[in-house]
Amino acid sequence: MSATSKAEASKKLPVDKGGPEKDTPAKKEFSAKQLVQGLLFGLLFGFLLQKGGVAKYHILLGVLLLEDFTVVKVMLTAIIVGSIGVFSLYALGLVKLHVKPTRYAANIIGGLTFGVGFALIGYCPGTGAAALGQGNWDAIAGVAGLMLGSYLFAEASGWLDKTLLKVGDRGKLMLPEVVGVSLPVFLMIFLPLLIAALFAIDRFAAR
Amino acid sequence: MRWSSLLSIVALLLLPAIAAAQDAATDPLQYSGPAWSPYLVGALIGLLTMLTFYFSDKPLGASTAYARIAGLLGKMVAPRHTESLKYYQDNKPAIDWEVMLVVGAIGGAFLAAWQGGESTGEWLPPMWEARFEMNSYALRTVTALIGGVFMAFGARLAGGCTSGHGISGALQLSAGSWIALICFFAGGITTALLMFRV
Repeated sequence: MSATSKAEASKKLPVDKGGPEKDTPAKKEFSAKQLVQGLLFGLLFGFLLQKGGVAKYHILLGVLLLEDFTVVKVMLTAIIVGSIGVFSLYALGLVKLHVKPTRYAANIIGGLTFGVGFALIGYCPGTGAAALGQGNWDAIAGVAGLMLGSYLFAEASGWLDKTLLKVGDRGKLMLPEVVGVSLPVFLMIFLPLLIAALFAIDRFAAR
Repeated sequence: MRWSSLLSIVALLLLPAIAAAQDAATDPLQYSGPAWSPYLVGALIGLLTMLTFYFSDKPLGASTAYARIAGLLGKMVAPRHTESLKYYQDNKPAIDWEVMLVVGAIGGAFLAAWQGGESTGEWLPPMWEARFEMNSYALRTVTALIGGVFMAFGARLAGGCTSGHGISGALQLSAGSWIALICFFAGGITTALLMFRV
């Protein structure tokens, strides 16, 4: 089922969504140049996360308690600016896309599991690193848990790959295909909606 | 009938307890906000994704880094078993771009906190202490550890985290990323309300 639906999906939207994200010999992400770039971009990323306040426990718990919307403001602005930027670069032929695969069952069950962990730990994988750098030493236990959980997943990956990860596998499905419009049309409707949501949050949220 | 009246009495007795739990100390807004405007930071992270796509051919993401390091540690303890696992056949346990990104993020946050006078150096977040007990180090350690396990397992199953799905996948309009992002918050909001508001 998934093979045919994937083929149909890619026919509908003439966008090169990028290849599979598995390691291949052609990938250069272990090269010294990539490692140095990763470190430099990481420095910028961590610096910005800390300045945005999203390395703070009470700001992350604040959004989950629906009282502090700093996280939503940072994420929505990043999505809007990043979407315009990356799709512009793509249109100019300067970058390749890396669209994430859609697997309904795994996205939903994994997403909910992630959310439970999010509230318990109070940080996420990126902001946890930033929290650690800022001096929140409780993130050390969180990081240990993240590694343990990753290994437990790897233990179950052979079985999950044959079962849950196959349920509702739609390949690199994009929102414009779900709605049934072209990418530019979708962006012209969706991005203003996100901007409107941002204005509404700014107007009504205490922070 | 008797059970229902008993339940309602218990519920009535619990109400003051619930109200008391919502004391001012666990109000997140009384603690410090972001140093910079969240819109400025969000816009700069958006620009940063353009740079990572252009220079490294990589979207921002963090959770896979923990899986790679866990694989490296697993290889030290049980090399053949680790290499036999499906996930580590597809994702080599090695230091890659994303591991360096997370290492860099620790350094970048250290610099930002130091520059802005926001370094914390604390084992317990004040809001945690206000809700649970003072000096509840063991409870916090166990909670953060279990939370990390749930979070990483969920991230691997869902295919990304708040960065990989929530920012990079969402900005590329991946349908699965928007589903995962909504589920991150659905699970997180429910759990956080149970932890802090019941």
